[in-house]
Amino acid sequence: MIRRTLLASGVAAAALMAAGLPALAQDEPTKVGFVYVGPVGDGGWTFEHNQARLAVEEEFGDAVETVFVESVPEGPDAVRVLTDMALQGADLIFTTSFGYMDQTIEVASKFPDVKFEHATGFKTAPNVAAYNARFYEGRAVQGHIAGHVTESNIIGYIGSFPIPEVIQGINSAYLAAKAVNPDVEFKIVWAYTWFDPAKEAESANVLIEQGADVILQHTDSTAPQAAAQAAGNVYTFGQASDMAEYAPMPRVSSIIDNWAPYYIERTRAVIDGTWETQSVWQGIADGMVGIGEITDAVPAEVKVTAEAIRDGIVAGTMHPFTGPINKQDGSVWLAEGETADDETLLGMNFYVEGIEGDIPQ
Amino acid sequence: MDLSAINPILLLASLMVAATPILLAAIGELVVERAGVLNLGVEGMMITGAVSGFIVAVATGNPWIGFLGAAAGGAALSLVFGVLTQYLLSNQVATGLALTLFGLGLSALMGQGYLGIRAPAFPDVHVPLLADIPVIGPIVFQHDPMVYGGLLIVAGVYGFLHHSRAGLILRAVGENHDAAHALGYHVRRTRMLAIAFGGACAGLGGAYLSLVRVPQWTEGMTAGAGWIALAIVVFAGWKPWRLVLGAYLFGGVTVLQLNLQAAGAAVPVEYLSMSPYLATILVLVIMASGRSPGSLGRTFHAAR
Repeated sequence: MIRRTLLASGVAAAALMAAGLPALAQDEPTKVGFVYVGPVGDGGWTFEHNQARLAVEEEFGDAVETVFVESVPEGPDAVRVLTDMALQGADLIFTTSFGYMDQTIEVASKFPDVKFEHATGFKTAPNVAAYNARFYEGRAVQGHIAGHVTESNIIGYIGSFPIPEVIQGINSAYLAAKAVNPDVEFKIVWAYTWFDPAKEAESANVLIEQGADVILQHTDSTAPQAAAQAAGNVYTFGQASDMAEYAPMPRVSSIIDNWAPYYIERTRAVIDGTWETQSVWQGIADGMVGIGEITDAVPAEVKVTAEAIRDGIVAGTMHPFTGPINKQDGSVWLAEGETADDETLLGMNFYVEGIEGDIPQ
Repeated sequence: MDLSAINPILLLASLMVAATPILLAAIGELVVERAGVLNLGVEGMMITGAVSGFIVAVATGNPWIGFLGAAAGGAALSLVFGVLTQYLLSNQVATGLALTLFGLGLSALMGQGYLGIRAPAFPDVHVPLLADIPVIGPIVFQHDPMVYGGLLIVAGVYGFLHHSRAGLILRAVGENHDAAHALGYHVRRTRMLAIAFGGACAGLGGAYLSLVRVPQWTEGMTAGAGWIALAIVVFAGWKPWRLVLGAYLFGGVTVLQLNLQAAGAAVPVEYLSMSPYLATILVLVIMASGRSPGSLGRTFHAAR
């Protein structure tokens, strides 16, 4: 009885307010939250996510309100930040680091009406979508250049955490370097951090001291670039952001993450009410991964072949993981002409043949 | 594994560089704590020093003036803490934590427009004659001046605390501020000076990161170094020379583990990564730590 009365009054109220509703919907902007793993001024990963957030604001103007929290530790603390954001009325939340995956799923289960987008992970839920970029495509271009320009034949690689995304990059770069320079050797250092300029600089210095004259980094700050510049005659590549302030040397090219089109598309889907969970993995062809300008410090003919690799990936005629490729232990991974499937890549936990050392488990 | 790839001379040389920022911040905090004040804002003062030193160095083109600016910036921020805790009697732990958050935000604001800019070079000094000694020369005597500056500050602090009247007063204030007050010593003034010194040293440590070790300005670049400095003060038992040991051990093992990784040592990387923390704690604990200053962290009010 009481319920029916409530329902009736609810209907009446709804009817009364029907005229005012559209105006109300416009007054209430869609709130989009962003959780960052580093500071927005890191010059790399988080910087690019924040650029995309600003692009969302630009695109929608007053219809969207964005909030962000920076330097959120991966792990349990992210739950607090995410819950807080959801309670403050966020309609859509982007969690922009691999280490927020389980926390995103956990909080999303408590807030079924809030949409979540998790970067670089592999878990989804009815209100959690996953998005990722094929950074390994860009790594193939870097590896190609690195294999050509190295004189010591030692290429240093600063890893962050031993997760599939990073291992894909190492393997892809190694295969491309090995293809043009059979004597090339990779020295890999795990920094166990995404962002710690002092440690990143130190890692770069250690690699340079041990003979590396090309440094690839999968950490977020520009510190390795500065270290290479101080050492002189060492080549680097911009990571996540163009890092053009270090061009033409040491930075000779870069991988640029361009999240803006995706963030705008997904925000629009929430506004239109058409948002659905999905798992996307976009590369150079989709524009999510960009290759920064190859500078004149690279020989002209190498620049041409490097750009050919990029164009081949875009055209779909070239795949960085094309057989024959053996795993590190010598067992066959891909037969002649076979290309890697996404599932294997997303769970990649092995080095290809020729890389020395073990992946920390 | 190819351990021959590790050059021991370069390793020991980079050890001293890696240890210096922590050493500078820790020696400042040691003086503050010996005066009976617990300032948890080391991280905030370090990062503020890092950015103010960088801005001044870029503006003047002179890293020496940059370091002066860093010391001034760190000291200025620490005086905010000093006024709040010594005159307005706020809680030291809460105020210190707030100082860290404030410093991180303030430095990000000040550093706008300084991203990607190169710092003026800070040339190494080659100590005459000594630098030419084979092996030891390049390891010990060919660094930038701040490496030696840090050690000189430690020596100075040791001399001050244990061989000067003012140092005795500072320790008295830290051990029992009521007794020191009854004897007519200025508890607040002593503590304010100690706090300013701690802030200046933390600022120098931060600037060492932004001007020498990294060298560039990046938001949040101290990335926890201030907390390590705080921990080393405690594990060193509030004794200056142990603090040098702790900082060098931490810096040394950090560099060593990266070297071992690059050389492909057959030790799991997880163990290598935790080794700096483990080694530092183990050694300093085994050496039996000292007693904390009696009035550490307690609020002083002359009326009581």
